[in-house]
Amino acid sequence: MKYAIFASRNIKELLRDPFSLLFGIGLPLFLLFIMTALQKSIAVDVFEIKNFAPGMAIFSFSFISLFSGMLISKDRSNSFLTRLFASPLSASDYILGYSLPLIPIAIMQSSICFVVAVFLGLNFNLNIFVAILALIPVSLLFIGIGLLLGTIFNDKQVGGITSILIQIIAFSSGMWFDLNLVGGAYKTISYSLPFSHAVDLTRAIILNDYSSLIENFLWVIGYTIIIFGFSIIIFRKKMKE
Amino acid sequence: MNSIETFNLTKKFKNRMAVDSLNLSVKTGEFFSLLGQNGAGKTTTIKMLCCLLNPSSGDAMLLGDSIIKNSTVVKQKLNVSPQETAIAPNLSVKENLELIARIYGSNKNEAKEKTEDLIKKFGLYERVNDKAKTLSGGMKRRLSIAMALISDPKIIFLDEPTLGLDVRARHELWNILKNLKGKITIILTTHYLEEAEALSDRIGIMNNGKLGAIGTAEELKKKADKNTFEEAFLYLTESEVIS
Repeated sequence: MKYAIFASRNIKELLRDPFSLLFGIGLPLFLLFIMTALQKSIAVDVFEIKNFAPGMAIFSFSFISLFSGMLISKDRSNSFLTRLFASPLSASDYILGYSLPLIPIAIMQSSICFVVAVFLGLNFNLNIFVAILALIPVSLLFIGIGLLLGTIFNDKQVGGITSILIQIIAFSSGMWFDLNLVGGAYKTISYSLPFSHAVDLTRAIILNDYSSLIENFLWVIGYTIIIFGFSIIIFRKKMKE
Repeated sequence: MNSIETFNLTKKFKNRMAVDSLNLSVKTGEFFSLLGQNGAGKTTTIKMLCCLLNPSSGDAMLLGDSIIKNSTVVKQKLNVSPQETAIAPNLSVKENLELIARIYGSNKNEAKEKTEDLIKKFGLYERVNDKAKTLSGGMKRRLSIAMALISDPKIIFLDEPTLGLDVRARHELWNILKNLKGKITIILTTHYLEEAEALSDRIGIMNNGKLGAIGTAEELKKKADKNTFEEAFLYLTESEVIS
């Protein structure tokens, strides 16, 4: 149960940095308001609340990568991790301790996003709860990316790389435009990454269209396993460097 | 009885020999300082003894357990105050201490009792509920050492604990360290020679990964035939003398 003690420390560290949390929740909500208002003037399918809210839920998760990456890299840079590596904590205690606190934050982010979306016109039904549930494993993908970045890079580098990641997520996920309209290599590359599948998965649940659910889910879970696997291998290696 | 014994402990990074066949014994309850210029191998030695780094060859026994074969058992017996302050910045002084106590196996009540005790001993009472990041440099160092002591370690490693502190804060910390003498085995690395001279029972001087000289400050001065410890250190860290 040592992971739970370590996890409680990490959740305190995260929640006591309100600026980051406000940004991670506030920016997607701001975009949700703005794009819904614009949609009323210029009708674009992708900005309809039923299409755009799932995208913003995924977008808010990109900040999860930032939170976890920054927390780990800061722990490394101020030698707090060195102190812990000399303690009886095991590698699995670290991975669980860093990952678990981010799951309730992810649930909070997606819940707030959908609650606001309901106020902006999204139909309130069971699909919203199913989407929030489905987003829990999706959030592991972003937690895994944060673990990987925080393990490899220092806190300054993590900030920069996560900014690039946020752009990649925004432009490859289809949250801002329909990838089918762009087509070609752009669409192929976008669909070889997990973010478009994460958005499509969430949209499918909200739209009650379960035809491609499994395929999208497998893409996301496959990437999550690979990224988490790499994170664990590299983290264990760093413990002995 | 010896707390620490190393047997040809060696660490090689690619082509660079960081620690070269180190054979060292430290008695239980001894205050032992490890000195040397930058890159001499002090921190690498400490990292291996703390099970933070695997040796390339050789081994070390800490209170009878191998750092290679029984690292989990070894880790329970030691604690470390790293070169940087190594505190959780957004946790309070109290929370930092309780966290480390609980990671080393104390239950909630034990952790609270130990925290209360160390907060008094280390003069942290006025800032007990303040976030660690708001403390002064001296206070952070005190907290860092208190965090290293809260697990009741048999051996404590202090890696340059007074680095960057002003004279007053350094002397305050010296008094704390003097009070620990004889109670647990302390391994100190420092660049402040007067610190090693004032606190240590014995001093080891490393140069180019090797233990060049070992003894009390007086013995080292005699060995080097110098009047001051600083002169003796400079003489003993000249490569040709060591080799």
